[in-house]
Amino acid sequence: MSEKRFTRDHEWIEVDGGVGTVGITAYAQEQLGDVVFVELPAPGKTLTRGGEAAVVESVKAASEVYAPVSGEVTAVNEALAANPGLVNEAAESGGWFLKVRLSDPSELEDMMDEAAYRAYTEDAA
Amino acid sequence: MTDQAAHQAAHRGLDLEEPLLFDFGETGRSGVDLPDPEPVASRLGGLERTAPIGLPGLSEPQVIRHFVRISRNNYSIDGNLYPLGSCTMKHNPRLNEKVARLPGFADLHPLQPESTIQGALEAIHTLAHWLRTLTGMPVVAMPPAAGAHGELCGLMAIRAAHDAAGQNRTRVLIPESAHGTNPATAALCGYEVDPIPGNARGRIDVAAIREKLGPDVAGIMLTNPNTLGLFESQVIEVADAIHDAGGYFYCDGANLNAIVGKARPGDLGVDAIHINLHKTFSTPHGGGGPGAGPVAFSEALAPYAPLPLVVRGDDGFRLVEHREGQGAASFGRMRAFHGQMGMFTRALTYMQSHGADGLRQVAEDAVLSANYLLESLKDDLSAPFDGPCMHEALFDEAFLQGTGISVLDFAKAMIDEGYHPMTVYFPLVVHGAMLTEPTETESKQSLDRFIAVLRKLAAAAKAGDVNRFRDAPRHTFRRRVDETAAARNPVLRWTPPTPDAQAAE
Amino acid sequence: MRYLPLTGDDRRDMLAVIGAASVDELFRDIPASARIDGLLDLPNHQGELEVERAMTAMAARNRPAGAGPSFLGGGAYRHHIPAAVDHLIQRSEFLTSYTPYQPEISQGTLQFLFEFQTQVAMLTGMEVANASMYEGATATAEAVLMAQRLTRRHGAVLSGSLHPHYRETVRTQTQFLGLHLDLAPTDISGGEDLASRITADTACVVVQTPDFFGNLHDTTDLAKECHEAGALLVVVVTEPVSFGALKAPGDMGADIVAGEGQSLGVGLNFGGPYVGLFATRSNFVRQMPGRLCGETVDADGRRAWVLTLSTREQHIRRQKATSNICTNSGLCALSFGIHVALLGEAGLRRLAALNHAAAVRLADRLDAVPGVRVVNRTFFNEFTVELAAPAAAAVDTLAADGILAGVPVSRLVPDDPALANLLLVAATETNTDAEMDALATGLTRVTA
Repeated sequence: MSEKRFTRDHEWIEVDGGVGTVGITAYAQEQLGDVVFVELPAPGKTLTRGGEAAVVESVKAASEVYAPVSGEVTAVNEALAANPGLVNEAAESGGWFLKVRLSDPSELEDMMDEAAYRAYTEDAA
Repeated sequence: MTDQAAHQAAHRGLDLEEPLLFDFGETGRSGVDLPDPEPVASRLGGLERTAPIGLPGLSEPQVIRHFVRISRNNYSIDGNLYPLGSCTMKHNPRLNEKVARLPGFADLHPLQPESTIQGALEAIHTLAHWLRTLTGMPVVAMPPAAGAHGELCGLMAIRAAHDAAGQNRTRVLIPESAHGTNPATAALCGYEVDPIPGNARGRIDVAAIREKLGPDVAGIMLTNPNTLGLFESQVIEVADAIHDAGGYFYCDGANLNAIVGKARPGDLGVDAIHINLHKTFSTPHGGGGPGAGPVAFSEALAPYAPLPLVVRGDDGFRLVEHREGQGAASFGRMRAFHGQMGMFTRALTYMQSHGADGLRQVAEDAVLSANYLLESLKDDLSAPFDGPCMHEALFDEAFLQGTGISVLDFAKAMIDEGYHPMTVYFPLVVHGAMLTEPTETESKQSLDRFIAVLRKLAAAAKAGDVNRFRDAPRHTFRRRVDETAAARNPVLRWTPPTPDAQAAE
Repeated sequence: MRYLPLTGDDRRDMLAVIGAASVDELFRDIPASARIDGLLDLPNHQGELEVERAMTAMAARNRPAGAGPSFLGGGAYRHHIPAAVDHLIQRSEFLTSYTPYQPEISQGTLQFLFEFQTQVAMLTGMEVANASMYEGATATAEAVLMAQRLTRRHGAVLSGSLHPHYRETVRTQTQFLGLHLDLAPTDISGGEDLASRITADTACVVVQTPDFFGNLHDTTDLAKECHEAGALLVVVVTEPVSFGALKAPGDMGADIVAGEGQSLGVGLNFGGPYVGLFATRSNFVRQMPGRLCGETVDADGRRAWVLTLSTREQHIRRQKATSNICTNSGLCALSFGIHVALLGEAGLRRLAALNHAAAVRLADRLDAVPGVRVVNRTFFNEFTVELAAPAAAAVDTLAADGILAGVPVSRLVPDDPALANLLLVAATETNTDAEMDALATGLTRVTA
């Protein structure tokens, strides 16, 4: 499994065998507060990098989650339907959103690694 | 009944616990006595209801007690100052209620022949005349049911006007500080929303508008006085710029109360403005409606106004209900019947009570009271913009910095002091906004008491009395409610307690 | 001025605190060219007595529906409203409160909204209902838009017996959104074939029952056809008293029910304010327009209510909201809820039976009038009669005699000669046998 990569919009992606697992970061969930609903794309949908991939809702806000990479959605995290709080409890593991088959792995190159992302969020705070 | 018993055990003084109607209703009684239906040969064609509806049976005293008890859990403008910015919670005169209930208004069917409704059409026509005079605009469309419905009316007229001119314009400019209804309405008319940032003075620069203008701009939706409680001082330049680019100027009239009788939107270059009768003209808010949102139009947009129209002819008043005559170019009908008549009669009663002189005094007192709050509280709370303000005083969260107390906590602590909070976290462009609108119907004593309470709370916050805020409200019928649980697992109706008795689906 | 508490002294003191010499200084941001110096050309303030006198005189220039026999329907119905309804809705705490955004001090409004949602869901036979819409026609337009979002399709089939003003409202509200409306031709037979109009791009079929002409529809088969084609069925109801006598739309395959609640508790009010009913299946709830009240608990674990799923709404979602609606019709929803509470199961069913019985008696009576023919095979409390002469003229003539005979179809659908002689006639529990006799006699006279 590759190391996690991060976007400036607070998504993470971890690639294994050409398929990336995507979610929002622990920092992002903290900013959102209690997540109450996650709207996920249908498997099979083609995502374009930077386009809307999902919507995550707290009580008072709805935020778009952007696709960190282009590709086809191969699976979504069904557990979030019954338990959206997973995003708060385990944003960067069990609270993942979707899996995507990368159409252009080079898109990963200009994303941040963990250290760079943590520094980025500390600057923002 | 055990549920009811549990509730009764929790009465506290005048706070009476009251279960849902469904918790204690029983079959076998009704609060309405009706005669036995005469037996007839059914014409229901085999579609007779066979399944029970599931409604509880209650006698009249039970129903009265139920609703009286639950009413006591509400805050109201009749009870105390209600400083919700952008909502104009002013006194609702009772004469308005009495007039609206006259059978000559209340017991009229919308499809009665014109000969039997001349007084009703006269009332609508007269109200429209007052609105035309107060806005300085030539035509007023009466159908819209609320402010957002009025916005839809205005934007549809704009779209219809562009379409009639063969122009395909796709973009509407909307300041970032706008009410959410503005972008939602633009989307309903098929427009893209292009947000305009405000300047450091809380206003829109005409330069920022010019940058965005182009042949694809259909118009601008500008709230004036704006949602920060400030008058857009460059409004005439903005109107000229948008007109020069071939667009129209929609004004969100939510804050008309600040300028009624002092300035007319028609003199500011406005092409369409909705007027919330439930704000400026005192029809009651009723816990969230019904409202009414007539729209005043400029000459350019007037031909596209929605149906029906009320017109005055030689032999009385007439309704134009179809695309003909003055309504030939109308964008259509936007509801089943003519308009919110019950709100029209209330608003017209209010206008006649105040008159030209009184309405002007309304604006002056509303603005004076807001500025009095701003000046009295700006050093205790914090104000992001200098005055003078219009009829709302805007504060922000800066004074809470480092206290560990949020604007929400502060708002909830106000409840413990007997006050409904101001509008909080709106407009979105100001961090921790606290938009405060006292209206003209508060006495100076009432304002002074409110100021004293806010000063006391601000001092407590700065002194680090964190628990007082985080635990608030403590003196209410219910304490802070769990909104997360409500949204994660929505329970939107009562269902019978036993699983086998679940409503049939 | 009786509504303004500030005295001259107060104003002076407040200006001094502000540091302004005059109140006009506070208006200095308004461009000078646009400031009004004097007063507008309108009358000055008046006392309560004078205003009441003027408004009462205006009201007297109308003929209230209840002043004599009235058989008007067509989407608004005259029913008896128990006195308790108007008393309760005038309580300050209901009448003069705002939208319940602060739940801790709005539990009264929230509780009645929760009860209203439950009542509407029960009556329509659906799983969930919202806290109300403006009125029936806009609710119907919202239902079409919701179906479009749910199916991601762009067509809608509107029945030819859907209320003409509802059809027009749907057309108005969807005209700029690239929606294709298939408007079925006017149908007074009650037997139109809508299933054959469904295409691969049909988001929904909209059908009314009882329909505009009074005919009743079993939508079960149509629902099946819709669902097989991936479309939704929207059922419109303009006479909610019919819920007490008829099979619920939810038991006949409806996916969305949009309706007008005016008959229960609200009164005629010359067309508004009314209360829009909106109900659907629970798995569609996130695409529903309008406010929703939900159950939860407070910090002490006690049952409480709160507005919920707000992320659908304009104040959060802005241009991506499910609707631009902000208010609901709160106080009218309360009237509806109180009237339904007073009636209860037994009362509503009895009321519905009385309405049906009155309409059957009237239909039998009118059918016996020479030159008058009852068109309907089925109906609830409203039906269509065909006269031997244009209905509009007959209505005007009878109005001069103090009888409101009904709604001429030509008033709503003006350009169809085939409809010119059709008259909609409604009978409710308020109509006496003497009134029915008066109508029969009157129609005998005008059609002779």
